[in-house]
Amino acid sequence: MIAASLLAGCGGGSQTSTLYVFAAASLTDAFKAMAGAYQKQHPDIDIKLNFAGTPTLVTQIEQGAQADVLASADTANMDRLKADGLTSGDAQVFAHNQLEIVVAPGNPKGIKALADLAKPGVIYISEAATVPAGKYAQQALQKAGVTVRPRSLEADVKSVISKIELGEADAGIVYTTDLKAAGARVQGVEIPAEDNVVATYPIVAVKGAKNSAAAGAFIAYVLSEAGQSTLASFGFKPA
Amino acid sequence: MRRERAPLAIGILAAAGAAFFILPLIGLVVRTPWADAARAVTSADTLEALRLSLVASLTATGVALVLGVPLAWVYARIEFPGRSVLRALTTLPMVLPPVVGGIALLLAFGRRGLLGSWLESSFGISLPFTTAGVVFAETFVAMPFLVLTVEAGLRSMDRRYEDAARTLGAKRWTIFTRVTLPLIAPSLFAGAVLCWARALGEFGATITFAGNFPGVTQTMPLAVYLLLGTNPEGSYILSLILLVVSLVVLVGLRHRWLGSA
Repeated sequence: MIAASLLAGCGGGSQTSTLYVFAAASLTDAFKAMAGAYQKQHPDIDIKLNFAGTPTLVTQIEQGAQADVLASADTANMDRLKADGLTSGDAQVFAHNQLEIVVAPGNPKGIKALADLAKPGVIYISEAATVPAGKYAQQALQKAGVTVRPRSLEADVKSVISKIELGEADAGIVYTTDLKAAGARVQGVEIPAEDNVVATYPIVAVKGAKNSAAAGAFIAYVLSEAGQSTLASFGFKPA
Repeated sequence: MRRERAPLAIGILAAAGAAFFILPLIGLVVRTPWADAARAVTSADTLEALRLSLVASLTATGVALVLGVPLAWVYARIEFPGRSVLRALTTLPMVLPPVVGGIALLLAFGRRGLLGSWLESSFGISLPFTTAGVVFAETFVAMPFLVLTVEAGLRSMDRRYEDAARTLGAKRWTIFTRVTLPLIAPSLFAGAVLCWARALGEFGATITFAGNFPGVTQTMPLAVYLLLGTNPEGSYILSLILLVVSLVVLVGLRHRWLGSA
């Protein structure tokens, strides 16, 4: 009796079923928009979003958090989940992102390139290398041959941006999409392609997902033209 | 003491209440990879975070004693309008989310802050991203514990000793240092230890105001948080160290200074 009603719920009847989507912090705005659009088309699906740094999300899933879909900000953390045997099917790349230097509006320190971050009097802060953004920032500096010691290793991109907005730090390296989301509060300085790092975002259904059919459908939506154009409107590059 | 048997319902609920606290601790102990524990405890990163935590929390306790004891004395002895409002404002960090405290500190002592911009332009002093910033954040969050404990001590002490000293001609400062302080030594010590333990565990205000850099501003709780994503085992071990330190403080405090229950 109970099993039958549960099955009816999964079968897309009148009852709604909940889909738990875990997504990297940098996907916050884009995934909120996509989940909203998707739920309009599928009123029987209730999407619950959980945003955090990708390694935190993977740890949560390892510790048994209920997740149906994971959207990661790098391949390394996706590989970690796969090594744990917690993925179902292959992860698919759904977006790319790039890095930019973030400075205060008006660029008071006159920062034009990565090399300027090492100038005396410039307070540079980074994300900790434990989150993908921090790793990418290190790679970009390495490519450009710049050695600079960050004054702080922040827990995520958003804290880097807010510290620059508050004027505590002069520059940081963040995703293009985060700059777009921050609007006029801060300003971006482009990093040339040869020094830039392309962040790859893979998405996967989590093994043992309560709602694997809905998980697959949502992933298909993210990869569809509609999903891709939403991602593009937030500054993501196509898969 | 009279022996009493707990009613069944109270016994069960009390056991559930105790289990609620004990189980997470057991979880931590069970999941800690003991084989790696020795290496993790003595690794350079851990020792650096531990050293910084000790230095910053002890300095914060020192600052809290210097500023907090006079504040407690004023609250306990001087009647003035708005005293209870002022006391509430200065003990607000006890209930305020520490992250909010960190933001408030930035707006006051940050580079663009009310006082911070003047500190920077006049003296070139900038507190964020420095160990001094960590001490600021820890003092902000932990000092109220000392102030309240010392104020309670001052209110409950026997003031006749002060009166006696006064009739014998002692100056006010002499009375404070030679009579009052020795009399409230137990609450002074208890307040300082509570303050130190709170400072040692401080996370939100520190990462918001002082940032996070190994050896400069990365204290133990920050290291625990940042390791959780990439090196959970290391994070469990650091958590366990903090847990043992806190337990030693609480047990020691109970028996030696607060009287055993």
